[in-house]
Amino acid sequence: MQTLYFILPELFLSITIMSLLLLGVFIKKSFKLISLLTNLSLIFAIALTLNQPNEIIKIFNDSYIIDPLSIFMKVLTMLFCFFVLFSSKDYIKSNNIDKIEYPIIILASTLGMILMISSYDLIIFYLGLELQSLCLYILASFKRNDERSTEAGLKYFVLSALSSGLLLYGCSLVYGFTGSTNFEIISTNLNESNTGAVFGIVFIIVGLAFKVSAVPFHMWTPDVYEGSPTSVTSFFALVPKIAAISVFIRFMYVPFLNMFSQWQTIIVFLSIASMILGAVAAIGQTNIKRLMAYSSIGHMGYALAGLATGTNLGIQSTIIYLTIYLVMNLGAFGCIFMMKRENIYYENINDLSGLSKNHPMMALSFLIILFSLAGIPPLAGFFAKFYVFVSVVEAKMYFLAVIGLVTTVISAFYYLRIIKIIYFDKPKKPFETNYDLGLKISLIMSSILILIYFIYPSILIDTISSILIY
Amino acid sequence: MTEIGLGHYLTLAAIIFTIGIIGIFLNRKNVIIILMSIELILLSVNINLVSFSIYLQDLVGQVFTMFILTVAAAEAAVGLAIIVIYYKNKGSINVEQISSLKG
Repeated sequence: MQTLYFILPELFLSITIMSLLLLGVFIKKSFKLISLLTNLSLIFAIALTLNQPNEIIKIFNDSYIIDPLSIFMKVLTMLFCFFVLFSSKDYIKSNNIDKIEYPIIILASTLGMILMISSYDLIIFYLGLELQSLCLYILASFKRNDERSTEAGLKYFVLSALSSGLLLYGCSLVYGFTGSTNFEIISTNLNESNTGAVFGIVFIIVGLAFKVSAVPFHMWTPDVYEGSPTSVTSFFALVPKIAAISVFIRFMYVPFLNMFSQWQTIIVFLSIASMILGAVAAIGQTNIKRLMAYSSIGHMGYALAGLATGTNLGIQSTIIYLTIYLVMNLGAFGCIFMMKRENIYYENINDLSGLSKNHPMMALSFLIILFSLAGIPPLAGFFAKFYVFVSVVEAKMYFLAVIGLVTTVISAFYYLRIIKIIYFDKPKKPFETNYDLGLKISLIMSSILILIYFIYPSILIDTISSILIY
Repeated sequence: MTEIGLGHYLTLAAIIFTIGIIGIFLNRKNVIIILMSIELILLSVNINLVSFSIYLQDLVGQVFTMFILTVAAAEAAVGLAIIVIYYKNKGSINVEQISSLKG
């Protein structure tokens, strides 16, 4: 019974999911009630997670771990899941996807993610991953009568199932050649002469790279981001990335630590390729959701650069980068949710032209967010890149740092192009301004956090510096 | 006659796995075939796990196999549901015509 105390958030979330499903069946038109209860239960689960002891605890025959990394990542996952739901209420209603399943499926995928984050065993990891992915397939094709949404769902299903298959094949090889599914036993049994296990590691890295959408496994990202409803796109851009990066950290630094010299080159390659593609391919885009997809590919490249260093500092810089990336993307999607006229949401970059004349405040926050995404000081996005580059240079990987700086400059071009369109092009018809409260709060909060981060950066750094992987 | 050992089972699994991967990429006709290929990949993993489990005298591999079987069933259900709603919108599930999103 004592061990059950440590999985209270997971237990609470799974019981909530089941009872909300029952509630939705018995009460007609209960979307509002259910989304309210979903938000409340997320807050409650965050409180339960924060209440957990800040030390390393392994339960269920060492197959589940609660440590500072998992607590931080779980809180981040649930917090941003809450904000995604909170900011997209209007969008859900006017696009007729306000069905009770929507918040429940989001909650279920969040449960899968927090299982993944805490897993310390291949079986639990795989089950968490599949719970998350199955829910994400449904979410991508949630707008059932829309051809683009269903096509996005189909593409995501095929490619993601393929990547799960590759990952699973890797898991089976690692199990066979090390004799266990437990991360710690795998770690002690691995050595460089174990060729079969090296194959397994490569397959697992490929599967994980699919999940973080690192190049060359990024093909699904732009299509899925463009096709799915914007509320789902914002979910895709924020929440699964947290789980994927945290699992990446866990896999590389617990079971595969002895093979560091083998996988480091793979991660460096993934990182460089993602940074370059994210910078170059976004230039010609006209759809802002597609542009955000390429931008997220690029940002994941920077996050992986910190991971490739093999030091605690590098891992911490990755986590800081991820946190700031989430805040920036929440704001950017808040702005995209505001591009609405008479119940139609606009997605083209040209629809933003002359935004500053009609909506000066929205244009200002978009300006702050885009400058931050481009990494211009003194905004938060600059510090995120700064920490990553410091850790990369300290690990003496100068080549990676140079490529990162060059791609930062290239990617600044397309962010600045949007700012030019917002501030210097001819104004179009104004957008509607009856935003709901959640959207306003999320946008204002993220812009202010980005703007004032440099005054007191030690809040985030102090929290994260307690996360030591090894 | 050589005796059938672990290596044979692993080779069989690797062949089935490769057929599954090739089936996804070379198939230009029907989405259902992709679904079958995904199923093949998962089955090859199961063969791997069971043969390793017997070789290592360790039951965990077979437990893992049972979990994979359940997940594969759930995945097939979700995949078929997505294919059905796609067919309702588009009137065809030809792989070559799934191309309205690109850029």
